[in-house]
Amino acid sequence: MSREEAFLKINEVFRDTFDDESITVSDATVASDIDGWNSLAHVGLLVNVEECFGIRFSMGEASTMKNVGEMVDVILKKLGN
Amino acid sequence: MKALEYPFDASYVRMKKRSIKRELLAENTQRIPKKIAVLGGSTTAEIIDVLELFLLNAGIEPSFYESEYGQFYEDAVFPNEKLSAFAPDLIYVHTSCRNVKNLPTAGDDEATVEEKLSDEMQRFQTVWDSLREKYHCPVIQNNFELPSLRLFGNQDGVFLQGETAFVRELNRRFAEHIRKTEGLYLHDLEYLSARYGLDAFSDPFYWHMYKYCMSLQAIPEFAYSLSCIIKSIFGKNKKGLVLDLDNTLWGGVIGDDGVGGIELGQETSMGQVYAEFQSYLKRQKQIGVFLTVDSKNEEENALAGLNAPYSILKPEDFLMIKANWEPKDRNLQEIANAIGVLPESLVFVDDNPAERAIVTDQLPGVLAPELEKVEHFARTIDHAGYFEVTTLSEDDKKRNEMYRENLQRAASISKFATYEEYLTSLEMTAQIRPFSEEYLARIAQLTNKSNQFNMTTRRYTQEALAALALDPSVLTLYGALKDRFGDNGIVSVLMGHAEENTLHLDLWLMSCRVLKRDMECAMMDALVEECKKCGLSGIHGYYYKTEKNGMVKDFFAERGFALLKREENGDSEWFFEIPKEYNKQNRVIEVLS
Repeated sequence: MSREEAFLKINEVFRDTFDDESITVSDATVASDIDGWNSLAHVGLLVNVEECFGIRFSMGEASTMKNVGEMVDVILKKLGN
Repeated sequence: MKALEYPFDASYVRMKKRSIKRELLAENTQRIPKKIAVLGGSTTAEIIDVLELFLLNAGIEPSFYESEYGQFYEDAVFPNEKLSAFAPDLIYVHTSCRNVKNLPTAGDDEATVEEKLSDEMQRFQTVWDSLREKYHCPVIQNNFELPSLRLFGNQDGVFLQGETAFVRELNRRFAEHIRKTEGLYLHDLEYLSARYGLDAFSDPFYWHMYKYCMSLQAIPEFAYSLSCIIKSIFGKNKKGLVLDLDNTLWGGVIGDDGVGGIELGQETSMGQVYAEFQSYLKRQKQIGVFLTVDSKNEEENALAGLNAPYSILKPEDFLMIKANWEPKDRNLQEIANAIGVLPESLVFVDDNPAERAIVTDQLPGVLAPELEKVEHFARTIDHAGYFEVTTLSEDDKKRNEMYRENLQRAASISKFATYEEYLTSLEMTAQIRPFSEEYLARIAQLTNKSNQFNMTTRRYTQEALAALALDPSVLTLYGALKDRFGDNGIVSVLMGHAEENTLHLDLWLMSCRVLKRDMECAMMDALVEECKKCGLSGIHGYYYKTEKNGMVKDFFAERGFALLKREENGDSEWFFEIPKEYNKQNRVIEVLS
């Protein structure tokens, strides 16, 4: 999976999770950029990303990802890219 | 909404929870508002989000109070202005194994373990007693999932010092206490976590990252199960099953294969599967769920199948058998009409997806679970919780008899010249009295279930009714009706409060199974008599229009009330001045004193 494909896919997860079709995430997107992305919603988002890509984050990974770009890096690494 | 009906796609429900909620709120359905307090021992945010969806879908519009993180004990036991102001209709205590404080350790002797057990039990009893004393509403309490780590391996459930043995014993004591306590209900986390898979359920990731006691993926199933108890308490249970025959109650097509050719009974493994399903349905019937048949068949063939020696369900187990070539939705509608229930209180069970689609398209609100493999039919219906039992009153067990008597009465009408002659022939006797303790469970159930003949559609819990029954300014009456076909039990309830010298009716309802029997006239007579005794000079009646109570919009006019005002939304207010000489309205029921 290319980085672009991963971004397209993760963008859909964001749109579903926050019920907002106008969301477009980028490498630098962080929680404060998106309405409703607070710490309680974060766990739901992570699980949605996991289910969408068929992966599981470890606690170590989940607690160190700082923005969407880093999240995509972890996903691609897990998928063997 | 299909996405929220069992069996649902849990991942879809969670992923789309925001848009699902938006769609539910946009639906033009009427829901009963309920205030639900969630007191947590762990994070409850996602649980409330998903629970809300299932409740909205079941016709309940919840508003929530959520305790601060982990404050279930403090919220319950100490004075709490916020919770008092919220005035909950129901309280749910969300605790788990993570909230057990005094687990045993390896060095404990028997006395120490017992002390820890009774301490733990005491702590929770304090919570329940305090909640019920302060808030007078139903309380739902989780028991505990088993610990996922076992210090003593398989003996963890054997040694007194084992956490498994400890938690099992605690669960046993919870059940024992709850069994004896009215208004306290168990949510069986031990069972649910086992069904889900304990390791997946108790994945420590969610505890350590977000203080959830269960994995997020498990929450939809968990919340659904919880919603089943809540909808049962608030009278939203289904009442009966409408069953197909061919490839649903037996394998094969009876019209083609003949009685000898269908798969049913102990001879083949497929035959055993159908027999087991029939046996499950028979047990549902024993707790008051009624069974009917809606099948495309010649009636003769349908009966031959049910009369086969190896058929566990016999024709007499069904309230109605519709075996014909009519569209199934039409049959279902006729079944509902004849028994006197709404179609949406029925569950349609058919192996054929096309038939299910016709029924659910034509009759919105009827549930038709997706059934794929016959070996899973019973499981799907069981886990869907359509008939979740929260109280098992004597009336529940007799309900099938009552529906049947209704059908017999309908059959005998045609023999009489006038309707009054028919009513007289029923030899009806009624008992009409103020509420008393032993009937409160049934009365509460009626206030929550009756939709059609219900002037105000106010719902009450048993606890609230108990308090009202003691209030000297409140007048209460229940009516129980017997006739020569049987005992209908309590069928009508009314309640009003006195202000100065008039009575304001807060509630007047009647079960639809005794429509057109003049029971409402007997209730009116008793009401007037009670008002006279209390020195009241008039009665204010209120009609609040809902989607379902159109049949009683002119009820007060029929009883002789004068219209005071009618609102644009259809609500109306009425007044009855009590005359010196009141002419009784009921002539066909003997009212026992």
